[in-house]
Order: sequence, then structure tokens, then C-alpha cells
Amino acid sequence: MNDVLDVTLRLLIVFVVFLTFPLIVGQTEHKVMAHMQGRLGPMYAGGFHGWAQLVADGVKFAQKEDVVPADADRRIFQLAPAVALLPYLLVLLAIPVGPGEGAVGQVIDAGIFFVLAVMGVGVLGSFMAGWSSANKFSLLGGLRTAAQLLAYELPMLLTAASVAMAAGTVSLVGILDAFEWWWLPWQIVGAIIFFVAGLAELQRPPFDMPVADSEIIFGAYTEYTGLRFALFLLAEYAGIVVLCGLTTVLFLGGWHGPWGADGLGWVWTLLKTAVLAFVVIWLRVTYPRLREDQLQKLSWTLLVPLSLAQIALTGIVKVVIQ
Amino acid sequence: MSHSSPDHRTPTTPSGRSRLSIPGSGLAKGLAVTLRTMTKRTVTEQYPDAQPELPPRSRGVIGLFEENCTVCMLCARECPDWCIYIDSHKETVPAAAPGGRERSRNVLDRFAIDFSLCMYCGICIEVCPFDALFWSPEFEYAETDIRDLTHERDKLREWMWTVPAPPALDPGAEDPKELVAARKAADKLAVQQEAARTAETHADEQARAAEQPTRPMGDSRQQAEQSEEEGRE
Repeated sequence: MNDVLDVTLRLLIVFVVFLTFPLIVGQTEHKVMAHMQGRLGPMYAGGFHGWAQLVADGVKFAQKEDVVPADADRRIFQLAPAVALLPYLLVLLAIPVGPGEGAVGQVIDAGIFFVLAVMGVGVLGSFMAGWSSANKFSLLGGLRTAAQLLAYELPMLLTAASVAMAAGTVSLVGILDAFEWWWLPWQIVGAIIFFVAGLAELQRPPFDMPVADSEIIFGAYTEYTGLRFALFLLAEYAGIVVLCGLTTVLFLGGWHGPWGADGLGWVWTLLKTAVLAFVVIWLRVTYPRLREDQLQKLSWTLLVPLSLAQIALTGIVKVVIQ
Repeated sequence: MSHSSPDHRTPTTPSGRSRLSIPGSGLAKGLAVTLRTMTKRTVTEQYPDAQPELPPRSRGVIGLFEENCTVCMLCARECPDWCIYIDSHKETVPAAAPGGRERSRNVLDRFAIDFSLCMYCGICIEVCPFDALFWSPEFEYAETDIRDLTHERDKLREWMWTVPAPPALDPGAEDPKELVAARKAADKLAVQQEAARTAETHADEQARAAEQPTRPMGDSRQQAEQSEEEGRE
């Protein structure tokens, strides 16, 4: 009975986090982006500085008609938003927030494998959407998504492998247990590559060619309306939370901090995740979209060789230490 | 990113001399710009809550100072899209002096501007020879029916109260003509009064016996008007 209660509580907490954190990131993006552009952003919804803007948006989306194009592959089309969104919920389950077993939804031995594999499934959602929409723009968007997934999954996996080599384990909890502060400079190149590749996989600007609205309308999501469209948007922000959380856990030491590691570890994790989320927004505001070929070039000629170099460095240091 | 593009050239200074730059420094500069902007005050004006600060010559609406209007119809005729409607009738004014001729003058019955047609060119204001039309910065007169945008003389007269005072002259600018004329007249008057006073004292010295009445003030005003007209010419 106690076990059931424990599991239910964990699932509930993860679910609440899954529903609230993306909205917090979204609202922060509204405000930060506005101020970076000399604007105020939403000011009316909810009364105080437009805090309820995304709630209002959600209500608006829920009221809209759910249209499925006549020529669309109906079932796939309707399933795609769920495929895009749910993997991030599963990943969230495996991210350790604090030390000990109490602060993680579910301890998974092969944590890195699970997390990266499931995150890759999320991209399938927009590919399904693009393929099933019976729309050329959607198809183009879906193809770009697929190309982007191929190009950026590799450096992401390689850098994650580098961390796993350093820790000698593929468990996320195990990696954090083995973490030392000097891993930070040691793995810094890998951290940057992981973060950039993650951004590209989430299709966040400046890597948002699959949804490039000035070129292909809204890519794979062109035909979507109402709540299903909102789910795709939610998936993007859930993806930001997951990516920032994973980068924190793998490269920034998660709940390790200069002080207050006992009991306050989860504050460190949340703080680092929040700072990374800010960086995600900051990058979006600052940089224009890359061209499709520049995107491929960045991955294959820069990120992949650099991540291989990072693995070599990790291996050398590992051998020297032992 | 930037250093990986094939058509990347080393940036040059405006003088054409090439200078070395650290790869990625442009990316860092971009981040610095957005971060700096975030710390600065926003430029957003929260309009319905806070009124905007409009420049004094804003073209919001056209106000009618109907006391100045002589129904000369110049504005209505010059208006490019014929959005000014003027009706008037003729009235006879009895002769000012006995034996004089009767005068006739135009009395304004209707003055309306259709702001759904008006293109805010301001030609009517430019062309008015009697300063009866003015720009007002008032801009909140949207209507839900296009026919309600034709505003009659009472509304146009009301907008006159929102016309700001003319902006101050630039430092060192030539004084306006009316000011010059008035000052000239005042100077002339002062000289005359001085002359009169000296003449008076002179007369006093010469003969106290003869009692001359002092000059009434009413005369001097007439003189001032005369000299003002001289000054204009």
C-alpha cells in the first residue's frame, strides 16, 4: 500500500512539474524577449504584469475548432501531438533533482540511454505531423526535422558518451555521485556541444528551420489548429525544461554546489536549469535563423569533430588518472 | 557558425584596412547587445492607461475658431477631397454712422468636416487667411459608424480648446511682426507723452496763469492704433 502511495505521489509531482515548468519558461520567454527588444511584453492578462497570459492562450486554443484536413492521414495526424509531447514527460521522470533516491521520479540504471532514446522519439512527433498532413509545406518541415535529427543526434550522443566515460557509469544518479568540480572545465566543450545540439533538436531559434515561418509557413505544424497545435508548442517548452535539466545533470553537476549540498541540492538543480533556460531564450532573441545548409555544415564539420575530440580528451585524462 | 561559413572574409574597418577579430566575437557582441537592452528602460507607452506625449505640432484633429471665420470658403474649395461643408447666409448690418451705407456680411450657419474623408493634409489650415482653423493634437475621436465622423461646428469649436499655444521661437529668431509693430507704437506713444510732458512743464513755467486742460487719455489710444498701422506699412 505504501509503495502504491509512493509511486502515485512521485508520478503526481512529475506531472505537475511537467505542466507548470514549461509554462513558467514560456512566460519568462515572453517577458525576457520583450525586454531584450525594449518592449514590456504581456501586461494585462491576470492583472499583474500579464502573469496569466499563457493560461489565457491555453483557453483560447481550447476554444478553437480542431480541424483535420480531408486528405490527411487521420489517425497519424491526430496522434502526432501526443508523440511529440509524451516523451518529455517520460524523460522528466528519470532526471534526478537532488541527492538520494527521494529526489528522482524513477532511478533507471541505463539513464543516459533511456533519456536520449526517448528524447529522439519526441522528434518523431513532428515528422509524423509533417508526413500525415498532406501539405507540401508540412512535408518540407517534416523532412527538415528528420535531417536535423540525423545531424544533431550524433554529436549529442557522443558528448553524452564522453560524460558516461568520465563517470564510468550510464546511470544519471551514478554520474552525479561521481561528479567532481574539475569536470566542469574538463567537459566544457562537450557541454556546449550537447546544449547546442539539444537546441537544434528542439527546433529552437536559431535552429528553427523546420518551422521557419517566413519560408514554409509553420513547417510540420501548418495544418494544426486548436489544442493539438497548443500541444506542439507545449512540447517545445517541455523540451526546453528537459534539455536544460539534462545539461545540468550531465555537465554542470546537478545538485552539487559550492555550499549547501545537504538538503538544498534540489535548489541548485533548479537554479542551474533556470539559468540554462534563460540562455535558451537569450540565444533565441539574439541570433537570426541559420540557413538549412549552414545548419548541416555546423553539425557535420564543427560539432561532430569537436565531440570526437572531447571523447579523446576524456579518454586520455581518464587513463592518466588511473 | 560565422567562422565556418565559406564566404567568410576578415571584416574591414571603414578605411578599408582589414583587422583581425577573434572567431565568435560577433556572436558575443550580439549577446551583449540583447543583454544590455534588457537592463534599459523599455520604450513602450501603455497608451490607454497613460496618455502619449505628443509633439506640439501633432496632426490629431482640425479645430475651428469660428469667431474668426468669415465664410470666405477658401478652405472648402482648396480641400483636395472636399470634406468641408460650409453653409452661410447674408445679413445686413445697419450703417455705423448716420447717413452711411448699409453693410452686408456673411454669417456662418454650418461648418462641418467629414473626418472619414479628411486626409490630414492641412491645406485648409494653411490656406485660411483669418486664422480660423488650427491643428489640435486630440486624436481620440474614433466612432463605430462612419457617418458619425462628420463633425459639426460645435464639436470643431470644442476642439479649439485643445489647441496648444504656438511653440516658442528659436533663440535669436526675428521677433514676430505684430510684436515689432506693437513695440514701435508703444515707443512712439512714449515719445509723444514725453514731448507732451515737457511741453506741459514748459507751458507751466511760461504762464501759470493760463489754465490749460490736461490731455485726456482716450486720445492716446487712438494715436497708438494709428501709429501701429503706420508701423505695418
